[in-house]
Amino acid sequence: MLKINNLHVSVGDKPILKGLTLDVPAGEVHAVMGPNGAGKSTLGYALTGRPGYEATQGEAAWNGADLLALDPAERAAKGVFLSFQYPIEIPGVPALTFVRTALNAQKRARGEEEVSAPAFLKLVRAASQKLRMDFDMLKRPLNVGFSGGEKKRMEILQMALLEPSLLILDETDSGLDIDALRIVADGVNALRSPERAMVVITHYQRLLDYIRPDRVHVLAGGRIVASGGPELAHELEAEGYDKYLPQAA
Amino acid sequence: MSALNIRDSSTFPSRRVEAWKYSDLRRWLREAPEVSSAVAVSGDGPWAGLGGDQLAFGNGAAAGADAFVGSGEQVLRLRFVSETSGTGHTAAARISARPGARLLLLESHEGAGSGYVAHNRLEIDVAPGAEVTRLVLVEEPEDAISVTEAEVRLGEGARYAQTIAATGAKLQRLETRIVHPGQGADVRMDGVYALSGARHVDLTSVVDHQGPDGRTSQLAKGVVRDTARGVFQGKIVVQRGADGTDARMGHHALILGERAEIDAKPELIIYADDVQCAHGNTVGNLDESALFYMQQRGLPADEARALLTQAFLFEVIDRIDHEGARERVREWLGDRL
Repeated sequence: MLKINNLHVSVGDKPILKGLTLDVPAGEVHAVMGPNGAGKSTLGYALTGRPGYEATQGEAAWNGADLLALDPAERAAKGVFLSFQYPIEIPGVPALTFVRTALNAQKRARGEEEVSAPAFLKLVRAASQKLRMDFDMLKRPLNVGFSGGEKKRMEILQMALLEPSLLILDETDSGLDIDALRIVADGVNALRSPERAMVVITHYQRLLDYIRPDRVHVLAGGRIVASGGPELAHELEAEGYDKYLPQAA
Repeated sequence: MSALNIRDSSTFPSRRVEAWKYSDLRRWLREAPEVSSAVAVSGDGPWAGLGGDQLAFGNGAAAGADAFVGSGEQVLRLRFVSETSGTGHTAAARISARPGARLLLLESHEGAGSGYVAHNRLEIDVAPGAEVTRLVLVEEPEDAISVTEAEVRLGEGARYAQTIAATGAKLQRLETRIVHPGQGADVRMDGVYALSGARHVDLTSVVDHQGPDGRTSQLAKGVVRDTARGVFQGKIVVQRGADGTDARMGHHALILGERAEIDAKPELIIYADDVQCAHGNTVGNLDESALFYMQQRGLPADEARALLTQAFLFEVIDRIDHEGARERVREWLGDRL
């Protein structure tokens, strides 16, 4: 269970999240929708510990672990994964090397045995086939020269290999055409399980046709202002976010 | 300014000499040091395992020959070993490659002891159509002073590729001067440095394009921590008539300590028309967003920093063609980050 209670987060001196409360039980997929500037990406960064995103008040816990007390790598080892809206390019580090280094770092942190190079290659071959990714691409530096769609697939591939338990997807559909979107969504859906919780952050309803949420929340002005079933996403698509925007003073 | 002679203190340049502005030898060395005694050179040095012949100097004294002539395909380990405290020595070596030769010159500067002064002079002649790859590993005590000067002369159509990897010393300067005849000759002039503590390294080079249609590609990268200081002075001259020259120079450094320093002076001096020349110089820090991304995937901060730093520097190493030597330099540098 992801439990966020009265979370306040500032970037610099600017308060962005202002008392956000949200529970996502394991086994469920929750969508967080909202207008631009509502604090959607801030929520993802705050849960994963990005420097500069300071939690000034409130709590966030995953399976009982106080996330705000952990550094980003410790959170990752607890199973927290953020699929970035704009995945970062890492020149000079081949994608394969990067993912294996990350996987083994997590395993070390959990006191598990590391994965050998041959065993890892076998896992990658299987996972990359499912995402219809060219294996040779994985020998190139991570995300360098990848198209927008390739970068998003690379995120999902890492997700499949790292097997996180709390998956946060930040605008995963942006930059994807309909075929790529289907492949990416299939990859995400394959990871649905009773132990996993997913938070799908999105501006548009489109992604939710492919990754069906159990609950939909509206994030506006730094708080969850409405929650409902999947039908809420359609309502937002039809009516927009206007009625949730703070009234002009 | 007369040539540096460590037995004559009047030849020691101070920072008032433009070419030594960032490496003030006189500040650290006021008087000529006592002359070192020769020592025997043992073991095979950091290039062990890559085979070849050996030319070695122990505290400046040649252990056998002081010159080598390469023909056909050859490997030469050139070792400058300093093993003394508080004394000074000069070594001089001459290397040449005959027409059509392919010489892999594996040079090492191996320092033990403390506070010594080493001066190495190297002359390299690359005959027309010959190819020399000079790879240099430099590891010396933090209180040593060393100056290495290489004069490289190329024939038409010759290829010369150089990569220096250095960890600095109290003052460590590696200077390369290349007379580039153009006429299809090709030069790669790379360097990489990783400095910590109060170490200082100075990579200085002059490539003088004297004829048309020559190529030079230069890439230097470094990382400085603590109070270390990295100096890069790269000069490429394109003389009148050296049309069709293609010269590129890049120097990029990471400053990972608040009191560390980089001094970079890239210079392109062009007297010819119709040339392609470019240079770039950047100094910065590790990319914060990349660091966060790597940590988000589970790499502890230290490991993420080390991996990014290594990747940054290895771009230079990856330009070495010879696979075995390239792997050796990667390993050597990786162990010193």
